[in-house]
Amino acid sequence: MKYAYYPGCSLRGTGRAYEESLLAVFRALDVEIEEIEDWNCCGATTYMSVDELTSYALAGRNLALAEQKHSEIIAPCAACYLVLNKTQHYIRDYPDIRTVVNRALDTIGLKYCDKVRVRHPLDVLLNDVKPETIAAKVKVPLNGLKIAPYYGCQIVRPYSTFDDQGNPTSMERLLEACGAKSVHYPLKTTCCGGSQKGTLPEVGLDLIHYLLSEAQRNGAEVITTVCPLCQFNLESFQKEAGDRHHPTTMPVLYFSQLLALALGAPADTIGLQRGFVPIKPVFANKEIAYA
Amino acid sequence: MPETSGFSGPEAVRVGFYVCHCGTNIAGTVDVKALAEYAGRLPRVAVSRDYKYMCSDPGQALIEQDIADHKLNRVVVASCSPLLHEATFRRALGRAGLNPFLLQMVNIREHVSWVHLDKKAATEKAQDLVRAAVQRVALHKPLQKRRVDINPSVLVVGGGIAGIHAALTLADAGKQVYLVEREPTIGGHMAMFDKTFPTLDCAACILTPKMTAVGSHPNIKLWTYSEVVKVDGYVGNYKVQVKHKPRYVIDELCIGCQECITACVYKEGKTPDEFNLGLSKRKPVYLPFPQAVPQKVVIDRETCIEFKSGKCKKTCIEACGDRLAIDFKQKETFDEIEIGAIILATGFKTFDPERSPNCGYGRYQNVYTSLEVERLINASGPTAGEVILRDGKKPESVGIIHCIGSRDANTNRWCSKVCCMYSLKLAHLIKEHTGAHVYNFYIDMRTPGKGYEEFYDRLLDEGVHFVRGRVADVSDWAVHPSEVGKLVIRAEDTLAGFVRRIPVDMVVLSVGLEPQADAQDVRRLFNISCAAEGWFLERHPKLAPVSTFTEGVFIAGACQGPKDIPESVAQAGAAAAEALALIDAKSVELEPYTASILEEECSGCKSCIPLCPYQAIAFVDEKKKAYINEVLCKGCGTCVAGCPSGSIKQNFFEDEEIFEEIEGVLTYA
Repeated sequence: MKYAYYPGCSLRGTGRAYEESLLAVFRALDVEIEEIEDWNCCGATTYMSVDELTSYALAGRNLALAEQKHSEIIAPCAACYLVLNKTQHYIRDYPDIRTVVNRALDTIGLKYCDKVRVRHPLDVLLNDVKPETIAAKVKVPLNGLKIAPYYGCQIVRPYSTFDDQGNPTSMERLLEACGAKSVHYPLKTTCCGGSQKGTLPEVGLDLIHYLLSEAQRNGAEVITTVCPLCQFNLESFQKEAGDRHHPTTMPVLYFSQLLALALGAPADTIGLQRGFVPIKPVFANKEIAYA
Repeated sequence: MPETSGFSGPEAVRVGFYVCHCGTNIAGTVDVKALAEYAGRLPRVAVSRDYKYMCSDPGQALIEQDIADHKLNRVVVASCSPLLHEATFRRALGRAGLNPFLLQMVNIREHVSWVHLDKKAATEKAQDLVRAAVQRVALHKPLQKRRVDINPSVLVVGGGIAGIHAALTLADAGKQVYLVEREPTIGGHMAMFDKTFPTLDCAACILTPKMTAVGSHPNIKLWTYSEVVKVDGYVGNYKVQVKHKPRYVIDELCIGCQECITACVYKEGKTPDEFNLGLSKRKPVYLPFPQAVPQKVVIDRETCIEFKSGKCKKTCIEACGDRLAIDFKQKETFDEIEIGAIILATGFKTFDPERSPNCGYGRYQNVYTSLEVERLINASGPTAGEVILRDGKKPESVGIIHCIGSRDANTNRWCSKVCCMYSLKLAHLIKEHTGAHVYNFYIDMRTPGKGYEEFYDRLLDEGVHFVRGRVADVSDWAVHPSEVGKLVIRAEDTLAGFVRRIPVDMVVLSVGLEPQADAQDVRRLFNISCAAEGWFLERHPKLAPVSTFTEGVFIAGACQGPKDIPESVAQAGAAAAEALALIDAKSVELEPYTASILEEECSGCKSCIPLCPYQAIAFVDEKKKAYINEVLCKGCGTCVAGCPSGSIKQNFFEDEEIFEEIEGVLTYA
């Protein structure tokens, strides 16, 4: 089965490394995808809070486009994933919203029939591909690399479609199949600050620092994320948060970067050369023989 | 249809019609005057009236007077559900000399006025239903109720405090009682508690005398480690099959000396002890707790080496010596009993807090459930009454989190009712045992009950801390050095208006009460209903709280909904009284709605025989026809619907009557 693929804006901007690595993972595991032609902005949290109805129509267009050729759509960015899910729920639950969205879609010759299922890459890799398949294809074992699995809020709340809302474990199950070891990390689903860094910088920095220092305290060598905003916050403001509290040196990667590396992708093709907090010394220390 | 169709009598059908206002319950939505006028114009209706309360004495007298004055021979009452007042109006007919079954009720309250807003449409719907009833009642035939004797024995299922109390009440009244408990001992949850609120008297001290009384009562047959597997019959005459699971110890020979336990080849216990909720280990041969009733050991075949390998030295048998009480070849056995009434007191289970992962149960070893802490505090528990953590340390600070699995949209919406009080009790006991700082995190403090609010006041004076607000999570995430190595409870303090982080050594989760995992199987077995949440459904929430919709089956205790000990005992007493009232009537009237075979049409295909849930249908070989035993028939109608040749008819539900009713409701007026 071929999945529709909806990259969203982050994966073409700040979250480039997410797409580069995820596509490498899909290639290595023979997951067939097809990018939705002419996809548009998901609306994210900002549009939702300014003009809700229009944002449902925006998301509805992406769903309607995906539906034309595919029964499942992969949305790697946590914000896209949440917005698509939320739109589906609201269109299902509120006839008024359904009417407005379909009227809007009708003007461009589209119709949304609620036939497409929104999937997260973690869900696809865990439940369709399965960890044992991944384990069998590992070329570069992660040699017990200690990861703090960090999920953030959007893929587990409020719609926990494939994992536990309070204590998700899908990321560690996948990475442990590649030889990594997850550390105890009680802040798995705690807030990264979202866009607070822009509006209330102290609040944002405090939240960022808690996440980083708690990972360090529990012996993690790297934080793995599924969300471009989480990754951006934890990595880009690490120094600033460290100046405010105490310094940390914690590389923050997308889970897919470690997966791709383990499946044999060269480090410099999956964004590992670009991190503000370099990961390569950690790999060297763990004797991970990456390509 | 001719005017007198179906009525086999010399006189013509004369219907009296009565519509009840039910105060404004009906009259507020249905135009009762118009309805009475409408009914008065229907064929065969001799008199038609409306009245404020038909069920009142004057209302009934009105019917009786009309029967005499207008020579009525049929009555239709449009009022509430027949469940409420069919019996009332039937009695009125009886007093006036009419056969009570010549009545038909129309439910225009639950089916019309309570569920509709539009008065015109509601009145029209009521007219349709009335027309159907008036047409149907013309075909009603006089029927006679049957009387059957009642077996004076009672079955009580479940040996917790409710079952124990019900059994003792009945046995003291001289009735034969069978008490069936699936665990190896009676006592239920109450036996696990240390103290009871609000009096703080010791649970064992008040429970064990009752347990022993059950064990030695001449009128009680106690069957532990047993389950009811089959229930046949009907009110007054139930036949029940009870399965006895093999305990591999012969009841009559075991004297409870426990020497076999000491002698077991396992020097130490290896299996999590069920009674101590896994906080200690037991051997394959064990007594659940020191005061267990009966004092008979049980062998667990899952962990016993003899069952696993067949190569055990069997030191237990040696220790038992010439008492010869141990029997590895024991098989399950069955008993058939006949009883007149059944009391279900099957209790509850506690909520599994792993379903609320934010409270950290299962991830942090110092997070306990309230029931586990009951065992820790109990002198006969795994720590001999010392409140110590799994690493042996005494906690210096303890957080008790209320409403885990209660009042929560993600798990159970109901209030479990007992948790506030038991949390206060645990707070008091933990403080008394350890001197720790104790914090209660609550949503609302719910302490209605005799002496309960006073107990809460006492706790406030004792210096227990109370934080009003839901807990966000429990973790070992340390922000401040003082939090390192502790469990941090984060909660919004809604009285102070900010988020608190409180580091503690021990977290106690006040888990809610849930229906037993197999409540649905049990309700099917005894043919009763469950409410949406899974609790057994009472016949009426206010006026028949221990009865069910199945005659002769009563419920008591927490199987009906969360309850504390006083309430469970009160309900058990009530259920016992209801059962006594039933039994002491010596006989019971059965509705005459039985089915019978139309012999000339029966082809003898036998397809009805397996359909009957009451084994009331037999096959008569000489005639090659089916035969329905009227005493066993409950009038469920399954065979009537199932008969391929339509040769079974049921009193009060004859095809003609039903078709007439359908035609009536569908006729365009």
